[in-house]
Amino acid sequence: MSPTNIFAPVSTSAKSIFGLSIFVLAVTAAIFVVVFALLTYSVVKFRKRTNDDGREPPQVYGSNQVELAWTVIPVLIVVALFMATARVIADVQKTARPENAIEVIAIGHQFWWEYRYPALGVVTANELHVPVSDPAHPTPTLIKLLSADTDHSFWVPRLAGKTDLIPNHPNSMWIDPHQTGLYLGQCAQYCGTQHAKMLLRVYVQSRDEFDRWIQEQRRPAFASDAASRGQRIFETTACINCHTVAGTVADGRFGPDLTHLMSRDTIAAGATPNTPQNLRLWIRDPEAIKPGSLMPAMELNDQDLNALTAYLETLR
Amino acid sequence: MSTDAIALPRTELASRPVVDALHEWVTTVDHKRLGILYIVYALLFLVIGGIEAGVMRIQLVRPHNDFVSPQVFNRMFTMHGTTMIFFVAMPLVFGFANYLIPLMIGARDMAFPRLNAFSFWLTAFGGLLLYFSLVGANGLYGAGNAPDVGWFAYAPLTSRTFSVGHSTDFWTLGLLVSGFGSIGTAINILTTILCLRCPGMSLGKMPLLVWLNFVMSGMVVLAVSPLTAAQLMLLVDRYLGGHFFDTQAGGSAVIWMHFFWIFGHPEVYVLVIPAFAFASEIIPVFSRKAIFGYPVMVAATICIGFIGMSVWAHHMFTVGMSSNANTFFVLSTMAIAVPTGIKIFNWLATMWGGKIEFKTPMLFCVGFLFQFLIAGLTGIMLSAAPFDWQLGNSYFVVAHFHYVIVGGILFTVFAALYYWFPKMTGRMCDETLGKLHFWLFLIGFHLTFDFMHIPGLLGMPRRIYTYEPGRGWDIWNLIVTIGVFFQALGTLVFVANLLWSYFKGKAAGNDPWDAWTLEWSTNSPPPAYNFATIPAIKSRRPLWDLKHPDDPDWKYE
Repeated sequence: MSPTNIFAPVSTSAKSIFGLSIFVLAVTAAIFVVVFALLTYSVVKFRKRTNDDGREPPQVYGSNQVELAWTVIPVLIVVALFMATARVIADVQKTARPENAIEVIAIGHQFWWEYRYPALGVVTANELHVPVSDPAHPTPTLIKLLSADTDHSFWVPRLAGKTDLIPNHPNSMWIDPHQTGLYLGQCAQYCGTQHAKMLLRVYVQSRDEFDRWIQEQRRPAFASDAASRGQRIFETTACINCHTVAGTVADGRFGPDLTHLMSRDTIAAGATPNTPQNLRLWIRDPEAIKPGSLMPAMELNDQDLNALTAYLETLR
Repeated sequence: MSTDAIALPRTELASRPVVDALHEWVTTVDHKRLGILYIVYALLFLVIGGIEAGVMRIQLVRPHNDFVSPQVFNRMFTMHGTTMIFFVAMPLVFGFANYLIPLMIGARDMAFPRLNAFSFWLTAFGGLLLYFSLVGANGLYGAGNAPDVGWFAYAPLTSRTFSVGHSTDFWTLGLLVSGFGSIGTAINILTTILCLRCPGMSLGKMPLLVWLNFVMSGMVVLAVSPLTAAQLMLLVDRYLGGHFFDTQAGGSAVIWMHFFWIFGHPEVYVLVIPAFAFASEIIPVFSRKAIFGYPVMVAATICIGFIGMSVWAHHMFTVGMSSNANTFFVLSTMAIAVPTGIKIFNWLATMWGGKIEFKTPMLFCVGFLFQFLIAGLTGIMLSAAPFDWQLGNSYFVVAHFHYVIVGGILFTVFAALYYWFPKMTGRMCDETLGKLHFWLFLIGFHLTFDFMHIPGLLGMPRRIYTYEPGRGWDIWNLIVTIGVFFQALGTLVFVANLLWSYFKGKAAGNDPWDAWTLEWSTNSPPPAYNFATIPAIKSRRPLWDLKHPDDPDWKYE
């Protein structure tokens, strides 16, 4: 089954959307069957026969009763659909903020996602971690949606409908996933060259796992002597203009925070798995993985490249 | 009134040098020639826009394909959308309106023939300007650069920060210029209909096509103006240091969306109302019955016109509007289903009890009826805002609006071309090729756009140049791409048919379909002055009255 199927909801808002969808689909399917049958019948039944007498059929100019009938019935259908829709809009949009909600700020960048947990002191990128929410004891996540550049849209179909990230126009949305697991999605508003590889990964974890993940993310970056040469390269090239490694001089904000890079499964906003080979290729030639991404090729020689990769491999 | 009194024997001119003939076409102010220019111009762009679609579909045939780069893909969908809306659909609509309205209301030309020519050449120039970006906008290695901001060009992607060079300027100026052309033609159509109707033709006796184009033109004036304003604001932002859409300086990206969609949604009705107009003329003739419920059809159209101006923000359900605003736009959008439904039922009732003859124009109209039904129903799904939070900007939306524009509008345009081609050229289109075109295109259309709904339901967003495997999208994209080849084949047959029929088709005569409106009372093609004597009419179907003096329509209307 498709991991991004809108008909497999696991969160309250996605479920209420699903419920409405089924109602709307049922009503439209019924209309379709009736009108399709009428059209087919009239096209078949009233076709000109080969033994036609050549006379014009009786001319009928209209009928007010009939017109009234096929005005009133659709009006009633529209009223029913509208009421059902208005109710779901109110359900999803007017939810009051629960006490124990976890707040995440998601910031859309040209072709990657920044996630900040202001209350927990965690900053990460591209892979969002949230706790599972038991319907009996909900622990929902409130995602505030901002954009650093152009318009983006946050869409993980099994968790919620999409909401846009628009610069200078803060939005927010709720998710309360009822099952642990990895949920996929991607940017759903055209945002530039690499809109296609701005992928979303949401890791829904049990409360314990989530708390452990938070603890690990709050630790400073692990420093080792073996990597010092790579670290020096990192800190003396353009890398630090865009990237942060907490506890070092690197404090750029333009690109993803790399403090715990190795805790992530993918790099380049989900474009490729986070393996040493891919990481090395990504530094050497980002165009090979994601043409049009804003990360420049760093033009390092092989030795420096290996050292830099080795340094990044220590950022756990 | 009699047919002979109106039609003149055809005068054959001696053949003239090509340059003279060409000069006449370029300098013409004749509504018929301008109409044909619009249509030919649009058909050329239809082929170009189709090729752009083909490039995209080849790229998407499998995941991680590398047929084109993301840059090229983004230019393709921007140019495809912009071309198809502004330089195919709009010119087709205006072409037919130009050609048919004076003939149908018994006039000798449009109210402002020179404005008419001016408007056409503005539209033509707009299209050339857009495509000149391929040469003129600075790109790599001295080559040009087509715009890549998407056809709705959301801010701030269009700002100079994110769109360097001049490709966006060519896009803006191309639409600005052709927008002036559209407004000029719309004013011309409104004036012509109000002032130049023949004796006896009260508003209530106009053919439905004329009524519908009247509503369409009113909408063009109201809808294109905000687009023009927005384009000017964008130019001010880009060159004069304005901040309308500059989010870094307190401008608003959302304001651009409102400006664009208060044009963009009425635009859908601007295009589809003329499609309704074609269906409303062609279905009665091939069913051999008067249109059912003429006054209701007019009222429903006016209703669509008014409500259509107040639904634009249903394109913006995901931008974070308040629940009240969302609810309002749900209601207004759903309300449109009522007059639209009335129309479908009236066409159905027109066929009911008739003797339907499946000539090519009628085949395309029947295809339209079925496909527009489905397009309307998926429209209802999208109008339910929460459902749209899932479906918006996905391939489901792409499938939905192609169902409207191809399955609805293009099918009726094909019907109209087959139906009025004899009037325009004096020759019949070939029926066998016409039917082959219909079936090929029908199969291609359904392969492409039926199956395109599914990846949308499975979470595939639009405007991505490639996609990940393992999301259940692969097979559907393959089928969608296969359909494109059938559509292309059908289009080839269509072009061949037009060319062959133009030179070799059998002579049409004045009234090949045994139809009822005034254009069929004059020669095919009509003389420059249309009618030797201005006709006078007593009913909506003057030629019916003429052919059935014992039982004329005016006794019943």
